[in-house]
Amino acid sequence: MIRTLTLFGLLLGFNVSAYAQGSTQDFSLIERGRYLVTLSDCAGCHTAPGGEPFAGGVALQTPFGTLVAPNITSDTDTGIGNWSDDEFVSALQEGRGRNGTRLYPAMPYTAYTKMSRDDILAMRAYLATVAPVHHKVIANQLPFPFNVRLAMMFWNWLNFTPGRFVADPQQTAEWNRGAFLVQGPGHCGTCHTAKTVLGGDKTDSPLTGATLQGWFAPNITANSHNGIGGWSKDDLIQYLKTGANKSTLASGPMAEAVTHSTSHMKDADIAAIATYLLGTGKGATDKPTPVAADDPSMKAGAAIYKDACAPCHRDNGQGDAQLFPRLAGSPLVQSDDPTTLGRVVLEGSRAVATASAPTAPAMPAFDWRLNDDQVAAVLTYIRNHWGNAAPAVTAATISKQRASLAESR
Amino acid sequence: MARKLPSKNVVVIGLGWTGSILSYELAKAGLDVVAIERGPWRDTATDFPPSYAQDELRYAVRLDLFLRPAQETLTFRNKADQTALPIRNFSGFLPGNGVGGAGIHWNGQTWRFLPTDFRLRSHLTERYGADMLPSDMTIQDWPVSYDDLEPYYDRFEKLCGTSGKAGNIKGTKQAGGNPFEGWRSSEYPTPPLKQGLGATLFADAARKLGHSPFPQPASNLSEAYTNPLGIRMGQCSYCGFCERFGCGNYSKASPQTCVLPALLRLPNFTAQTESEVLKINLDSTGKRATGVTYVDTSGNEWEQPADIVLLCAFSLFNVQLMLVSGIGQPYDPASGQGVVGRNYAYQTTSSVSLILKDKVLNPFIATGAHGMMIDDYNGDNFDHTNLGFVGGGYMGAGQTNARPIQTRPVPKGTPKWGAEWKKATAETYQHAFSLSTHGSSYSYRDCWLDLDPTYKDRLGRPLMRMTFDFHENELKMSAYLTERLAEIAKAMNPTEMQANPRKGPYDSTIYQTTHNTGGTVMGADPKTSVLNRYCQSWDVHNLFIPGGASVFPQNHGYNPTDTVGALAYWTSDAITQRYLKNPGPLV
Repeated sequence: MIRTLTLFGLLLGFNVSAYAQGSTQDFSLIERGRYLVTLSDCAGCHTAPGGEPFAGGVALQTPFGTLVAPNITSDTDTGIGNWSDDEFVSALQEGRGRNGTRLYPAMPYTAYTKMSRDDILAMRAYLATVAPVHHKVIANQLPFPFNVRLAMMFWNWLNFTPGRFVADPQQTAEWNRGAFLVQGPGHCGTCHTAKTVLGGDKTDSPLTGATLQGWFAPNITANSHNGIGGWSKDDLIQYLKTGANKSTLASGPMAEAVTHSTSHMKDADIAAIATYLLGTGKGATDKPTPVAADDPSMKAGAAIYKDACAPCHRDNGQGDAQLFPRLAGSPLVQSDDPTTLGRVVLEGSRAVATASAPTAPAMPAFDWRLNDDQVAAVLTYIRNHWGNAAPAVTAATISKQRASLAESR
Repeated sequence: MARKLPSKNVVVIGLGWTGSILSYELAKAGLDVVAIERGPWRDTATDFPPSYAQDELRYAVRLDLFLRPAQETLTFRNKADQTALPIRNFSGFLPGNGVGGAGIHWNGQTWRFLPTDFRLRSHLTERYGADMLPSDMTIQDWPVSYDDLEPYYDRFEKLCGTSGKAGNIKGTKQAGGNPFEGWRSSEYPTPPLKQGLGATLFADAARKLGHSPFPQPASNLSEAYTNPLGIRMGQCSYCGFCERFGCGNYSKASPQTCVLPALLRLPNFTAQTESEVLKINLDSTGKRATGVTYVDTSGNEWEQPADIVLLCAFSLFNVQLMLVSGIGQPYDPASGQGVVGRNYAYQTTSSVSLILKDKVLNPFIATGAHGMMIDDYNGDNFDHTNLGFVGGGYMGAGQTNARPIQTRPVPKGTPKWGAEWKKATAETYQHAFSLSTHGSSYSYRDCWLDLDPTYKDRLGRPLMRMTFDFHENELKMSAYLTERLAEIAKAMNPTEMQANPRKGPYDSTIYQTTHNTGGTVMGADPKTSVLNRYCQSWDVHNLFIPGGASVFPQNHGYNPTDTVGALAYWTSDAITQRYLKNPGPLV
């Protein structure tokens, strides 16, 4: 026993990371950490498709330039093996990494700050059990002046409030668990909350939808027009668990979130998220006046829809559950921002496959078949038919999107 | 010199219906499975997007999904005294290629064989006496009964989500279904497809004449469906692009729409595409397969060792691989000895075309498999006494498609081209209709498959040689069935009609069906079959041919796929429940 302690002390003296490795015997700590890593979807950015787990390499296109998620395996040279626990905790809670290096908020420390030190050390204990991979990643590929990390000091001062999650005693335990998961590890706002020009969260309208990486992450508050207010709790649970429910399927970045994170969450946690989200932003219904049916673009759109879309999405816009998304009454279809709609029509998209919904159906690309006017018309039509209402889509919007999609290929 | 790969539990040759079903079942049972496929990878979402999948020129005319003869073909002759020549353009039948195989390009017609079909020789001999059968007819009983296969038919239909109306549930007749069919343990997974006007008029006429019309069983789904593997299928849009096409609406059953999404999630399954198996390897005793040797597109040869070899290629190529691998005794028609290549059979179809001037038929609203049929003249559902033939087939009004390039019906006497032809096609398109019979093709001593003595494939292996012609029994059967069909057609009061019974000799340049059967027949006696009742090789116990149509002892008056799928499940159960516990001959 004494010998063990001495050895422990020696190791601690020379290499702090060995402390974390020493804790690999604590199964329950590792298991808790593994689950928190899943909740936090670390793999979504830190595991490249087909790459080694957590060895980094996923490029994130931000409005300011490219950031690449670093290697977070315990490799001492290219990973985080040499980091102290304090540095690891600080990275997640304060956005300050090894030797105080300032992180960019593409790493959602603005959300992870809600997690406790114990939670974060559990995550570290798990990461220490993952095979270390020697894989050098140049994380900061931003142009000047954004590549100056010191600028983040100013940014944090403007946009970042560090602090642990504080439960609301007026709410149920389930609601509070959901709030913690959404605001903290789940970091839903990273995609779903609109950003200021500097890339900070617009704190007055959390989770009401935002555009990033060429997708529109929809409103996930309970707004009944373009949020998920029309979904039951079971609809939302099924969506997060399987990637599909009776009205839609996850694709694009949300497919990745379902694959790596939500489909592996405990049922109680998914239910807690549903309870919290369906209790947010209620009552705000800002349904615009629909574009008139006799508008020329509506007439053209109807004809294109009949020819190209109706075989799957059906004349009544109802689609087929778990196969072809329902367009009638769809919040995403009626979002103010048509980025996702335009992208899906131009480029196509494939739904996520999960163990309980393995089909992974796809929307084909129509960029070669429909011109900008036609895409705009059919989108305007689906946004303003079957009782839907949303601003018309212009050909200029589609033209711009077509160009940017071509560039990103 | 082939490089040797790490051994697997199971190597599957060909990833079509049987290959994907067996891969899924065995991988799910925990075995390490690799499937080797000659053609390309194909996936519903990326290969059949509905934005261009309905391209008649590409798929129906230029045959995009099919095997290219330059990759592999066979030689053909009608009679043993002729010299066979290579088929340089597939046209009489169209072998598939690539992942999904024939399960992609089929129409979706999903028929069970009759209970009496499974004991064909015994049944006909008992009812009519042995003299009724021509002396050179080599039909034989199946080694399995309808009752054996019923649960497996049911399983395959549930995999596909087949649409239809049962005629017999556990012995109780059901109104509106096929009164002649064998018992079913349950109703079809989805209700029948909606019928067009042509099929409705046919059904009315057939009913008036005392027949029992019913909707054709179709694996083109009448409504959305989730199969037992958790895979979702969509409602058919009646676009009429089924046969020769992949279905991007997820509504026609195929390995892609029904099995692969679940199979690909199993980490102990891998697929090796664009790789052609050269031969099945045997150990020094010749009684055990050690795996296969295949060649990739770069010409590299690989040896894939495995404990179990499953031969799941298209029917004709199952026979070729057995012959080039030297497994089983090749059939010799002169002596009647030998088994591999014996009892090749086909299908005997015919049609009655009609024009109904005062009806607008909208023939383009179609699926590969809907329509109204009668089964009154199939198998031994009718008395053959004094008819001079045995066998039969279903008949009726299918409406598989009316695509613009290949559907140009014109009245008799119309010129073949020019302004008058154009005018006639425009006037006739909406009013023309075709009825058909789908007749049996029994096996004969002089219809067989063997290795060609002259022609070789690109890999230096002898091409397979097909020797086949229609026999008098089948031509008489076709004449009789076509007359019955014409009677019903006449009751539809057509403006014009023409009966086209099947005529000999068999012409391999005119499309009939791709229902090539036999050659590695399953049976109770190793002298007249290649496989035992579990589709296991009599000679090499760790080799199975799990239900490709090459195992049929003869072909009956139905499409083969339902029986192919049922036998795949039947074999899969035999392997997982019996063979794995005690590897060795199961009979």
